[in-house]
Order: sequence, then structure tokens, then C-alpha cells
Amino acid sequence: MLLRHTSDIIVDREALTINPAKTCQPIGAMYAALGIHGCLPHSHGSQGCCSYHRSALTRHYKEPVMAATSSFTEGSSVFGGQANLLQAVETIFSVYNPDVIAVHTTCLSETIGDDVNQIAQKARDDGKVPAGKYLIHCNTPSYVGSHVTGYANMVTAMVKSFAAKSATKKNQTNIISGWVEPSDMREIKRIAREMQAKIVLFPDTSDVLDTPMTGKHEFYPKGGVTVPELVSTGDSKHTIALGPFCTEDAAILLENKCKVKFDTLQIPIGLKATDTFVSTLSRAAGVQVPESINDERGRLLDMITDMHKYLYGKRVALYGDPDILVPLTEFLLTLDMKPIYIVSGTPGKRFEASMESLLSKKVPEAKYKNGERADMFLLHQWIKQEPVDLLIGNTYGKYIARDENLPFVRLGFPILDRVGHSYFPTVGYTGAMNLLTKILGAIMDKMDRECPEEKIELVM
Amino acid sequence: MSTFLTERENQIFRTGKDVHTINCSRPSLAGSVSQRACVFCGSRVVLYPIADALHLIHGPIGCAAYTWDIRGALSSGPEIHRLSFSTDLREKDVVFGGEKKLYHSLSELIDRYKPKAAFVYSTCIVGVIGDDLEAVCKKVSKEKGMPVIPVQAPGFNGSKKDGYKIACESLATLIGTGDLEVPKYSINILGDFNLAGELWMLLEYYKRMGIHVNATITGDGRVDAIRSAHKASLNVVQCSGSMMYLAKIMKEKYGVPFMKVSYFGLEDMSDALYEVAKFFKSDELMAKAREIVREEFTRMMPILKEYKEKLEGKKAAIYVGGSFKAISLIKALRLIGVKTVLVGSQTGTADEYEIIRELCDDDTIIVDDSNPIELSTFVKEKQADIFIGGVKERPIAYKIGIGFCDHNHERKEALAGYEGMLNFAKEIYATAMSPVWQFTK
Repeated sequence: MLLRHTSDIIVDREALTINPAKTCQPIGAMYAALGIHGCLPHSHGSQGCCSYHRSALTRHYKEPVMAATSSFTEGSSVFGGQANLLQAVETIFSVYNPDVIAVHTTCLSETIGDDVNQIAQKARDDGKVPAGKYLIHCNTPSYVGSHVTGYANMVTAMVKSFAAKSATKKNQTNIISGWVEPSDMREIKRIAREMQAKIVLFPDTSDVLDTPMTGKHEFYPKGGVTVPELVSTGDSKHTIALGPFCTEDAAILLENKCKVKFDTLQIPIGLKATDTFVSTLSRAAGVQVPESINDERGRLLDMITDMHKYLYGKRVALYGDPDILVPLTEFLLTLDMKPIYIVSGTPGKRFEASMESLLSKKVPEAKYKNGERADMFLLHQWIKQEPVDLLIGNTYGKYIARDENLPFVRLGFPILDRVGHSYFPTVGYTGAMNLLTKILGAIMDKMDRECPEEKIELVM
Repeated sequence: MSTFLTERENQIFRTGKDVHTINCSRPSLAGSVSQRACVFCGSRVVLYPIADALHLIHGPIGCAAYTWDIRGALSSGPEIHRLSFSTDLREKDVVFGGEKKLYHSLSELIDRYKPKAAFVYSTCIVGVIGDDLEAVCKKVSKEKGMPVIPVQAPGFNGSKKDGYKIACESLATLIGTGDLEVPKYSINILGDFNLAGELWMLLEYYKRMGIHVNATITGDGRVDAIRSAHKASLNVVQCSGSMMYLAKIMKEKYGVPFMKVSYFGLEDMSDALYEVAKFFKSDELMAKAREIVREEFTRMMPILKEYKEKLEGKKAAIYVGGSFKAISLIKALRLIGVKTVLVGSQTGTADEYEIIRELCDDDTIIVDDSNPIELSTFVKEKQADIFIGGVKERPIAYKIGIGFCDHNHERKEALAGYEGMLNFAKEIYATAMSPVWQFTK
């Protein structure tokens, strides 16, 4: 019943969004800010925003998520939220005592015209920010971009607030992480360690949103990039920005501010994107690619070789964030699969250009759309017109998977109904093996379930 | 890190020690990590279970994304309520106004889904950018010949509780516009949202008693039934925080009397059936109610006794949305041998906190609008074994290393009614006794 409300007849919609493939900016800023050690994100707006974002992140990570709110009232919406924010800064430092408060705005505080830059300055001038503590901020109007934009804006604020150039260069490479799981950030650090490349990864939510159970609730878990590390990014040799939508703004600012050159790469999902990442890191950090990494690559290739006949020509529908979808599409092509329908609610011309260059020759019939009204409803209508063999995306795909009886691999944000994403990476060669295992598992489980009984195969 | 905000002293109370009345219904302090939500959230959760109505959210995408099918409010028929509709306001709309977009979205949706009514929710910025939600709704209502109801619930305009009130006002505009005939013993169920199918259990009990349930507001709700809700003889109100206001409106406007009940726990569930029978002054209904209670008790007691023997001495902490639910929970826990050592709610009322105070043993902590630091400090101090709360409390409980039972939107088992009490006991037992805790000490 649930999605029988969707028909295959596509009518041009002028205004309406049905079942969005995105959410709003502030949650991205909140997630990024959690990747700073000892940071309390702060939502400058109504209570509900903060509550929704915390709940959504908690549902996805199954971890406590701490963030404060300016708790706007009717008065603040008329007279502005300055008093609330000043009071909040005072309350937060005296009660929750973080190293950093990372303020992001909301549609309300933006629309009524609060100038957070000026308010933050006033807070500092009034002595509300204790010595050795920091107050950073970014603008995240909910009606611009998407959650991805909010992430990018907070990452940029980290560079703006902290990165500094001193007299001496440091033998280290910055890696700016796009919106991926704590497991992925942990994996990027592992790869760098394996290569003996010294890096500063930011933001870094590993050991923040995948913490071990110890019998104690740590308000500020041990993970996260530290303030001194963020300051030192201005002295690094080079920056690798992973995921243009999430990180390129920050990389550009870092170059302008501290003259650190950068490369923008796709998030290393799949064979080719990981190849590019590994070779770029090797060059930037001046290190060799060790045998262990080459072996990981070899094992991934081995797995693809063993199983490629199950992958050939399979039609895949995928949706989510551009920085995930682009390398994922590339990986699916590597696997000889057919990424056929691709949808992202996040606006930006770059998405179309990337998809065009990946797909125009190999899958000319592919349909892709991003921005307004590029939603799950549209994706479902496409699938109804001509079915697919696999669906990849966040939890919101489960209705379509159920309705159309599709093998379904969960990837992206949010995942509200399964575990594992925060522990097992998707990036790197090992991550690609995880992903491929899931893809094959989903496709082959369906074969086993649905093939005629006499045809069930023991050996596959 | 200090544990308590001094400004919050009066929102925390220890039974047998403190004498002040608990200070509730005050706004959260700016800068606190409050567990509270907003006005929009309040009205959205109350209205959303009406399954054959359209729910369109006028605002930036977030408010629609975060409330997309998050509450397991089941429907036995249409499921339009489980889709997410948004005008997805963009920067140009904020500058030039979003009325046109709203008008188009609404018209498209109505044409596509042919709903029985439409609820259109405003969000924080709608009023600020000057959109006249009411005018657009009126226009579309006229054009399409169906009720299009503006739900004016900007997030900043109070707390979740204020959102409940706005939802009630919206419902009140529907009620009285239909005239389906109803049989003699007819009630409306207010304040059950059919989470995990709880409403269906209640319907079964009432059916066994011979009582007709007219409108269910809003669990498994239908517009036509709600339009004729004023025809019922009685409103039976659960979750008083959200629906009392509607009951009062209906009493004033249509003379429909109301009673407050709770369906959690054997005691309260049975009282609910008795009270309804008493209201109709019918010996027959009362006899049937007694029969149901007897039957269910005979079935339940031996099983519950087993749980009680095993759970005796365990201690629970409760932190829920409204304080009324907490009262039932304390009693239900007592029935299975579990003592409540901490009780709190996001938006409790003074009267209900008073009842809790009388109900609890000495040295129980009662707290209004709490935050994670306070809660984990209290839980440790009182050495609770189980936490009962919602999504934001769950991971904290687990991190501290104690059991957890979701008594909020994310419950997966029905917890109301007799069957619900069994589920509740089973869930408490499973979580309190899980072997996992042995490895975490």
C-alpha cells in the first residue's frame, strides 16, 4: 500500500517535493563540528532544529549526540537572537565547558537577519569566551543548498578560524574529509599510516561517533581533530580535499590564507578513486606506496575477477549526496554494472558535468537529476517505467525496495534501520571490498530466494 | 564541568527532602542541551497519523525530511501520511515570498492524491517572510471543494506543548462539519496514535464491551470520522498533554463530555474500561467490562508474577515527553517489582508532578526539562538498572551500561492495554537481564 501511491506516469511538477533526497544545511554543520575534539555544536535558532538534528544523527550513529540551542522565542524572532546567543555562549562555557563552540545558523536566524559574525565578536569582546577557548561560526541558511552545503560551510569555518601560517613549514599533508562515516575517516588515517604519510585529517568523527562501550558517557569523546592540529594546517605541505561539494571551498580558502596548494579528489570509493587518492597522497607526502597497500588493491581486484559474471549489465538505481554518488557511479562502471538512474537533492552544476563525463559513452541511456524536485518520488517513477536490479542509497530507499522487490544496499546518510556503517568503511580498497560484498550479497540472496527450487545453486 | 545549571534548581525535586513546588512550563535556557523539541514538531506529531489527509510542510526541506515517517503510527487503510511533502523553500522564495509555490504544490498534491482534507504546516520562517498561509489555504479549499486547514505552528512560538494546542485548534475546525449517524454507546478515542498498532487493541476491548468507537483522534485517523466526532456521547482522552485542549473545546462547543484515562498498565487500563461503563450508567456494559478485566487478569497475573519474581529490586529511571504518562509507568513498573528512582519529563504540568510526588517513594528525584548531563548524573547516583525514555536518551543509557525501553515514537511493540503490559514486562525483563551488562561492569 505504502508506495502504491506512486505511479509510473511522470507529470512535470512545478513546485512540489515528494520524499526528499536531501535535508537542510544545519545538520551538516553539526556533523562536521562533531569532528573537532572537545567541540559542542550550537544551533542558533528554535529548539526544534537542534532536537531534530540530534535525533537524526543519534538514529544514524546509535550514539549520544550533544549540541546546544539558542532556544528562540517569539521575542527573539522579532528583536533578533543576539541576546540568546550571548546568553548561550555564557551558559555553555560555564556548564558544558567545551574547548570549542561551533555555532551554525538556521533559516529563522538568517531570515530575521542576525549577524552571527558580529555577535560572536561581541561575545569575545565582552569576555564571554574564556582564555584558551574558541567560538567559531558559519552561516547555514536552510533554504540554500542542502545538508552537504552545511557540512562544507562548517569545514570552511574551521580553516577560517584556525589555520595559521608560521615561519616553518611542517612535513605533513592535510586531508579534508568529505561527509563520510567515522569508519571511513578511520580508514583514511589507517591508509596514511600504512604509507607512513604524516597527515592532519579534518574533520574527524572517528572515536566521536563510533565510541566503545565503557560504562561511562563521555560528553566529549576522545576523537576529533584538535585545535593545535587545525592551526597547523596552515603550515602543511599540501592539501588533499576529498569530495568537491564538501571540501573544495575549505581547500581554496586554505590556499588563499596560508598558501597551501591543494588537489580536489573524489572521495576514494571504489578502485579508481582509491588509486587516485593513494597516488596523490604518495606524491604529496613524498612517500612510497608500500606493498601492503598494493596487496589490498590486489585482493579487491581478485574479488572483482572472481565474481564479475554476477555483476555484468546489472541495472542500478542510486541516490544520495553528490560526493558519494560520483565515485560510486565510477565504481559501478568498473564493476561492469549499469548505473542507470541517479538522483540527488543537492543542487550544483558540477554533479551533472561529472555524471555526463562518466556516463555519456558507457551508459548513454542513464537518467540523472539533482537539485529541486530531484527526489525519491522521481526515482521511483523512473524505476517503475523500467525496473532495476539493485538499489543503493540511504534508508529512505526501503519503501521502494519493498514495493519493487529490489536488492537494496544501504549507503549514505541517514541509515536508520541497520548497523555497521559506522564501523566498516566504504572507502579505500578494503572499503570497496566491503561494498562489493554487500552488493553481491544483496543480489545473490535474491537469486537464492526466488529462483525455481530445482535451480537453486549450492556453489556460486 | 558543572552538573546543574543553578537557574534550574527549582525544576529539580527530591521527594521527602524538598518542599518547593516544581517549576515547570518555563522555556529552556539558551545554551542548554535541552531534550525538548519545537511547536511545529508538536502539531506535526499530533496530526500526522490522520492517514487519508494530506500533510504538506511549507518551509525549507529540513522540517519535512525530519518528520518523514518517524513515528510508527499505523494505518489500516490509506497511507498518504507516511509520505513526505514539502514546498522546499529556496532563497528566491525567502526573498520574493513562497505563496505561489505553496499554491502550486497544494493544487498538484490534491489533484494527484485526492485526499479527504489537507493540513498545511507553517514553519519558522513562513510568517517572517510574510506568506499568508491562511489566504492560500482558503483559496485552494474553495477551488478544490475540500477542507484545507492551515496549521500555524512556527517552531519558535513556544514549546512542543503549544504545538499540541495548535493541532487541536486545527482539528476543531474539521469537527462538526460531518453528520455520520452513530449508535447509542459511542465514544471518541483521543490521544492514542496507534504506535505499533496499540489502538487496534483498544478497539478490540471496546468492541467486546459493546461500545462503538466513532472517531480515533488521531491514531489510524480518518477525516470523515473526525468531521462527525461531535456526534459521540463521550471523549475518552489519553495522553492528556496533547488532546485535553481538544476535549475541552468539544465540551464547550458541542457539549460532549470527556474523561481522562490511561491505557498503560493493568490497573489504569481496567479503570479506563470501568469509567467508560460507569459513564453510560449501564449494568450490561459494566458486567462486560468486569468480564474482560477478569479474563485478562487471569491470563496475565501468572506471567507477570514470574517477571516480578525475577525483576524484584530493580530500579528504573523515567524520562518521557509528558508527565501523565510517567504516572502510569510508575504504577506499571511497580506491578513487576521495579522501583522508580528518577522521574522526569520534557513538558510536564504542576498537577501531574504533584501526583508523581505522592506516588513515589521518598528520595525519588523528579525533574522537569532535563539535559543529558543531569540525567546521567542522577541515573548513576540512584544506580538505576533501566532507563525508560526516547531516542535521545537511549544511547546515553546504553553508554552508561544500563537497560533501556523506548516508550516514545520508536517503540516497536505495543505497550498499551493488557497485551501491552505483557510486552512491556518482557521488554523490561529482556533489557534489564541482558547478559551484555555482565561484560561492561
